[in-house]
Amino acid sequence: MGAQLRVYKRRIRSVSATKKITKAMEMIAASRVVKAQRKVAASTPYATELTRAVTAVGTGSNTKHPLTTETENPTRAAVLLLTSDRGLAGAFNSNAIKTAEQLTERLERDGKQVDTYIVGRRGVAHYNFRERKIAESFTGFTDEPTYADAKKVAAPLIEAIEKDTADGGVDELHIVFTEFVSMMTQTALDARLLPLRLEEVAEEAHPKGEILPLYDFEPSAEDVLDALLPRYVESRIYNALLQSAASKHAATRRAMKSATDNAGELINTLSRLANAARQAEITQEISEIVGGASALADATAGSDR
Amino acid sequence: MAAELHVELVAADRQVWSGEATLVVARTTSGDIGVMPGHQPLLGVLESGPVTIRTSDGGTVVAAVHGGFISFADNKLSLLAEIAELSDEIDVQRTERELERAKAEGDAAAERRADVRLRAAAAR
Repeated sequence: MGAQLRVYKRRIRSVSATKKITKAMEMIAASRVVKAQRKVAASTPYATELTRAVTAVGTGSNTKHPLTTETENPTRAAVLLLTSDRGLAGAFNSNAIKTAEQLTERLERDGKQVDTYIVGRRGVAHYNFRERKIAESFTGFTDEPTYADAKKVAAPLIEAIEKDTADGGVDELHIVFTEFVSMMTQTALDARLLPLRLEEVAEEAHPKGEILPLYDFEPSAEDVLDALLPRYVESRIYNALLQSAASKHAATRRAMKSATDNAGELINTLSRLANAARQAEITQEISEIVGGASALADATAGSDR
Repeated sequence: MAAELHVELVAADRQVWSGEATLVVARTTSGDIGVMPGHQPLLGVLESGPVTIRTSDGGTVVAAVHGGFISFADNKLSLLAEIAELSDEIDVQRTERELERAKAEGDAAAERRADVRLRAAAAR
């Protein structure tokens, strides 16, 4: 076998090995998307009921709460960025980071100081590499987040918002995550979590303008709201974590699918080249034989004479 | 037929139980409260404690609930809890071990959680 042919054969072997791996990763990601979607669906009843309760207190009483009142001159804002721990997910992480950077820029233009909180090793690595300050980071659970993880993330944020701005607290809380629209579409978006716009929450909970009954609060409207709002924030963060996880798996699936397709194409091209090389080798051998034979024939013909 | 109310018991990550009931007893921060059909709209903060649901077919469902809310309106009652377990989901032996450990470590919150679970399991 000629040297060139051997090189092609070796490359084909290595590309097929890669193709097998990416194919396996694609299938693993596909099964994880389904699982993650199911988790999003399972957390919906709690989120819906909680939103309903928040609306009920917010509209049914005149209670004021630090988490629902807007400061006149907000000077500090917290941004929570959700990325993943692992890469190989196409543009998933860079899209989320880009959205967070745009949001940060916008907030800074408005004269607000931004504290960044990051979930996921990818985002942490991105910020560390550029030597930007991270207020707090959380890693190790982005593939399958649990409610306890969401609580862990929410705790410092709620603490920061309840503190006075002068003591290092923040006035606003924004979240950047990747919304799972469908298997093919995931969009990175930013949303303001706090202070809560109760009208918007009400709109979301009752698009048809359903009128809520007059509730009897136990022990009091203030206490209920006090207990309710942190839970509401936690559940929103939990939902965002789950959606990010589902989006990440979908992005991985897509990235791995195109990697598999590319590997297949590469194998085709390489086998064509290998075939041509083999054919060239054969042609050369034949012409060598024919040339040798005719030279031999010429030599014998000469000696005969 | 007696009047009924629709109950949804949901934890943060799943729906634990849903169905029709005639009476629900839960522990709020200001004491135990019993809700029957036609109760005034109510929104309360729950303490960790057992919740007893008397179903319309005469059965009883007991669940251990750790923190959360109770809300009732239009004959629909929702119990929201970060963690909720039905009594038959509770592993008694494991919980007893947890209780011992919590006592040994002096972790009052964990002790209370384990205690609530055991009481819910005993009531089934």
